Amino acid sequence: MFKRDSWQEIFETISKNKLRTFLSGFTVALGIFIFVILFGFGNGLKNSFQEFFMDDATNIFRLFPGRTNLPYKGFKSGRDIEFDNADLAAIKKNFAFQLQYITPRIQRNFTVKYKNKSNNYGLRAVGPGHQRAEKTIMMKGRFINNQDVTNKTKYAVIGRLVEEDIFNGEDALGKFIDIGKRSFKVVGVFQDDGGDNEERFVYIPYTTNQLIEKNTDKVGQLIVAFKPIIGYDGAMKFEEELMAFMKKRHAISPKDEGAIYLRNVADDLEQNQQFGNLLQMVVTFVGIGTLIAGIIGISNIMVYVVKERTKELGIRKALGATPRSVIAMILQESIFITTAAGYIGLFSGIFLLNYIGDALDDYFIKNPFINMGTALFATIILIIFGAIAGYVPARRAARIKPIVALRDE
Amino acid sequence: MIEIKDLHKSYKIGKNLLHVLKGINIDIKEGELVAIMGSSGSGKSTLLNILGMLDAADKGSYTLDGVPIKNLDETKAAKYRNKFLGFVFQSFNLINYKTAVENVALPLYYQKVGRKERYDKAMQYLEKVGLADWSSHLPSELSGGQKQRIAIARALAAQPKVLLADEPTGALDSTTSYEVMNLIQNINDEGKTILVVTHEDDIAQMCKRVVVLKDGVIIEDKKVNQVRASEHV
Repeated sequence: MFKRDSWQEIFETISKNKLRTFLSGFTVALGIFIFVILFGFGNGLKNSFQEFFMDDATNIFRLFPGRTNLPYKGFKSGRDIEFDNADLAAIKKNFAFQLQYITPRIQRNFTVKYKNKSNNYGLRAVGPGHQRAEKTIMMKGRFINNQDVTNKTKYAVIGRLVEEDIFNGEDALGKFIDIGKRSFKVVGVFQDDGGDNEERFVYIPYTTNQLIEKNTDKVGQLIVAFKPIIGYDGAMKFEEELMAFMKKRHAISPKDEGAIYLRNVADDLEQNQQFGNLLQMVVTFVGIGTLIAGIIGISNIMVYVVKERTKELGIRKALGATPRSVIAMILQESIFITTAAGYIGLFSGIFLLNYIGDALDDYFIKNPFINMGTALFATIILIIFGAIAGYVPARRAARIKPIVALRDE
Repeated sequence: MIEIKDLHKSYKIGKNLLHVLKGINIDIKEGELVAIMGSSGSGKSTLLNILGMLDAADKGSYTLDGVPIKNLDETKAAKYRNKFLGFVFQSFNLINYKTAVENVALPLYYQKVGRKERYDKAMQYLEKVGLADWSSHLPSELSGGQKQRIAIARALAAQPKVLLADEPTGALDSTTSYEVMNLIQNINDEGKTILVVTHEDDIAQMCKRVVVLKDGVIIEDKKVNQVRASEHV
């Protein structure tokens, strides 16, 4: 009975001291609200970052041919290494278990012309797997497919900005463009999350490019994707085996570091993740700072509240309130207000984040969100510290002799 | 009802020891209406604080309704205050955000009386002091005399053994003072033991017994012919 009664007493006090309730509630609600918003924005920033720097598939190796540094098996050092179609086939055959797909990439520069407009663009002669490796998104039409590779078709897939630059608002699909001196049919237009530069490329089948270049069988660099299921350790092992395999094929000393470069995206990923973690730390730091500001705010208000109530507490004590009941009353009141206000701040913050959604995409805040667990944790922390902040002055007030509290000012 | 033997109390002020009460002996029977008089510094407030368990004596014994009052911690003192004593202060000390009836019901809350019963009892005492119609008013909407009557109703609501009134008329004009004294006399007529600290002679004359303190000792303790306040109203 006393329990329910003491709550009723507290509700009365709260409802009759609106300004006080509002002040302490507002501080907590605002603190949590700002925490949620900042944390959400931080996460949004992280999302944008990830999109910028991690737009490529993460399960790939890139193999670049280089020049030998060591003499080996009768070859002198300083020999240029080149990959060719046979390498492609051999890798496919020998690593069928680990391999998801493989694509060559021959990179050139050409003037691309449509009607009277022309510009210089990077040309990438690739296989169909390249679309997955670069996470290229087709806006219309299609990417280079296996048939194109087999038939050495003169089809091209152009970037969104290439179309914008030289097509003058015309639909590029099905039109013919001049790449260098040869005519290609546009079969697709793509976009890429990697930024503007990524959208100023032209893709053609690598076999077509080989044909143009006097029917060579050289393929430039190789992009090798492993099956994600083999895991990090599997990938590391695959990397080692692939390197050994290629060195053997090209008669390169196992100790030669310069003949073939292998770039593992997983290593890049780690670097990028470190930067991501730094961002996370900044976000956390800002969050903790906001929380501390909130705690200081609620502490100040609790000190003020108890001071304002000193006389009332003295009266209550003279009427028979025990020190314990005085402390309990102040604590219950403060916990109730901080809890209620905390959740108001929490949910209005989450609501605003949801409302914002992708509206701030242009300011590098993409899909801001806050983990519900984090938000609840912050709210509970604030409630606990609000209670502690209330407890200290409440205990002091409970100790004051009623006669001191009641003394006329 | 109240027995005090050889009560001493001193305060430390800096390095000096200020001896405020120097051996007080007083015996107050049930149903008495006692005025404690004295100029400021005579020790009358200190005596009242000790009687009210708001302060502890250094030496001597204090028995209230047969219960020895000593070695009280805060919790115990609070319980005894709630059970034995009703306070009336010069500055009323009502809780300003609570209505008249809520103020009166407050000591009952600390006696863990149920809500409904609390309200009924509080209304009963408001009626007794003639302010039942004002039950839902806040203290700020009441006159000084009304406030003091609410405070008296509050002091009575807990049904204490003794009512301690510290200058109950100190903040009131004389007409209102007599109204309040009239109420106190009526309550005393019903058998309640009441102590009134005052420095006004006319108020003291409205009690049944006058104790005069000077420099920490009782210099006079006499029965008086009670002047009924109703004659002045």
